Amino acid sequence: MAIFLTENSKVVVQGMTGSEGMKHTTRMLASGTTIVGGVNPRKAGETVSIEGHDLPVFGSVADSIAQTGADVSVVFVPPAFTKAAVVEAVDAGMPLVVVITEGVPVHDTAEFRAYAAAKGTRIIGPNCPGLISPGQSNAGIIPATIAGSGPVGLVSKSGTLTYQMMYELSEYGFSSAVGIGGDPIIGTTHIDCLEAFENDPDTVAIVMIGEIGGDAEERAAAYIKDHVTKPVVGYVAGFTAPEGKTMGHAGAIVSGSSGTAQAKKEALEAVGVKVGKTPSETAQLMRDVLASM
Amino acid sequence: MDLMEYQAKELFARHGVPVTVGTVITDASEAASAAETEGAASGGKVVVKAQVKTGGRGKAGGVKLAQDAQDAVAKAGEILGMDIKGHTVHRVLVAPAADIAEEYYFSFLVDRANRDYLCIASTEGGVEIEVTAVENPDAVAKVSIDPLVGVDDAKADEIVAATGFAADVAAEAKQVIQRLWDVFIKEDASLVEVNPLVRLGDGSLEALDGKVTLDANADFRHEDHAGFELRDEEDPLELMAKEKDLNYVKLDGAVGIIGNGAGLVMSTLDVVAYAGERHGGVKPANFLDIGGGASAEVMANGLHIILGDPQVRAVFVNVFGGITACDAVANGIVHALEMLGEEADKPLVVRLDGNNVEEGHRILAEAGHPLVTIVDTMDGAADKAAELAHAAGA
Repeated sequence: MAIFLTENSKVVVQGMTGSEGMKHTTRMLASGTTIVGGVNPRKAGETVSIEGHDLPVFGSVADSIAQTGADVSVVFVPPAFTKAAVVEAVDAGMPLVVVITEGVPVHDTAEFRAYAAAKGTRIIGPNCPGLISPGQSNAGIIPATIAGSGPVGLVSKSGTLTYQMMYELSEYGFSSAVGIGGDPIIGTTHIDCLEAFENDPDTVAIVMIGEIGGDAEERAAAYIKDHVTKPVVGYVAGFTAPEGKTMGHAGAIVSGSSGTAQAKKEALEAVGVKVGKTPSETAQLMRDVLASM
Repeated sequence: MDLMEYQAKELFARHGVPVTVGTVITDASEAASAAETEGAASGGKVVVKAQVKTGGRGKAGGVKLAQDAQDAVAKAGEILGMDIKGHTVHRVLVAPAADIAEEYYFSFLVDRANRDYLCIASTEGGVEIEVTAVENPDAVAKVSIDPLVGVDDAKADEIVAATGFAADVAAEAKQVIQRLWDVFIKEDASLVEVNPLVRLGDGSLEALDGKVTLDANADFRHEDHAGFELRDEEDPLELMAKEKDLNYVKLDGAVGIIGNGAGLVMSTLDVVAYAGERHGGVKPANFLDIGGGASAEVMANGLHIILGDPQVRAVFVNVFGGITACDAVANGIVHALEMLGEEADKPLVVRLDGNNVEEGHRILAEAGHPLVTIVDTMDGAADKAAELAHAAGA
């Protein structure tokens, strides 16, 4: 088992024929993902050959679902077209849409997020590395070579910290690792992932990586208190971030006294989550948890 | 991008929000003619307001009433050059003194927690809304807005009713709300705040101040927004980084930081600050995310900016090779140092991990650059960088 993405997932790539789309479709295929094709209305009917796989290009997401049974879409289209791409996938009834694209206007995300929620589509991202269930499937850009499958569930706002943590804990492996993205509005939250990991029999313990901005970590802490029985280890980036400055991610900003790393750490610790000061200390906390189980 | 008050008012005016923009000046001598123009309908009295991208201007003495043109010159002279929370005042706005009967607070913003939009409004404006929210929470109305519906006629009525605008001002308030919503949506703002929105002596409404944050991600559909960028208000190094398409934030320490990925770079700053506690309290000098590529050119651009910061005593390059391979990063560092030549004069601590790390280490070792120290772990490398910065006088 895993969360959101399994060996049975059939992945279609929106924007497969662009340079990023091609590059990462190649990488997803190499890590064992079942890719059933791409979507590009201007290239409908063509076939793209990648690493010995002949992948059909469909004119619409609906066509790709009708002809292949695709149940996951990974979106690489540029920011100006992302909203239309996601809305199309939602209208086609796609259950899971992973939006890798960085730089999507927040009003567009607010709209397609609300639209997807109303129609029952799960969105991951935007501005995220996607998710991987090692050994099963990889939807996005997380390098599959860092770690194999295992008992740890990982949810993170940051791409490179996801990779770093997978690397640190590669001797244990992961059920799933989900990069939820660092934008102000995202489709799948820490809480959604915590709930899924709690219900996933193959996940034994959870690492949760947060960063400055908003109050998602505080709300996750409240959720953990009431709903999560599995051990959770946390990390929060941005203790030294100054107020009012956006630190790379559009959502990573301390506003006044809210959104600080310190407040997030305290909220998590108050509900029994062990929070590491550095990524390596956090990994060590997780090793201790796993060793004691 | 945060706008100055006068820029926000210009944007308001474009969307029909009642506003008097006033005249922006950069030299006190210009205040006399500005005051004569702007004060013509207010008995010569004008308000001189510091234009800085931070709150609390009034408390800091950055907003002053002037009785006449001569007084306006004096007040402008006092305010220009003033430091308000680290922001130097380069511009002041001269606007007519308003005959205020009532002050309201009004804003639209992106609500991260609920992942929709929120309107916050109060008939008790003119003070910080955070203070009103604590001292008199009943006076603060919060109305959620569905992104798929927006502020339609019914929602505008709901906001007017929830705020508690008096009956004789309700119709005009509704119209102002709808126009501010136009600003929020049509300009791709993540925040539109008016504090105070005032009722003047003649009963009409006017936005007496304005705070707008524009979403930089939407710049591709707002070519005119580039006109709001004020080069003289930006840190020169941040400006240079922006021109090179690098994500850089200047901080106030001695350890220059280069990394890949926003989360990892933020984490690197923290780890360096912890290490600094053992080495004379040295701190990170900057945030710099070079993203996925890490080519020699990007690395050289990054180092060039960091070495341009006179406070920097040592540099920490922290890269996790995920998609990028460490050998490519190592080659990038080696070639960047060649490109920079003698400009590269500070010790460089490099930590590489992940994809192809052995080859990356081999390339750096073979190049044997005297300034480069390789450390295997992030914590260890942070400690080394802090130690070197401290030893170099920080």
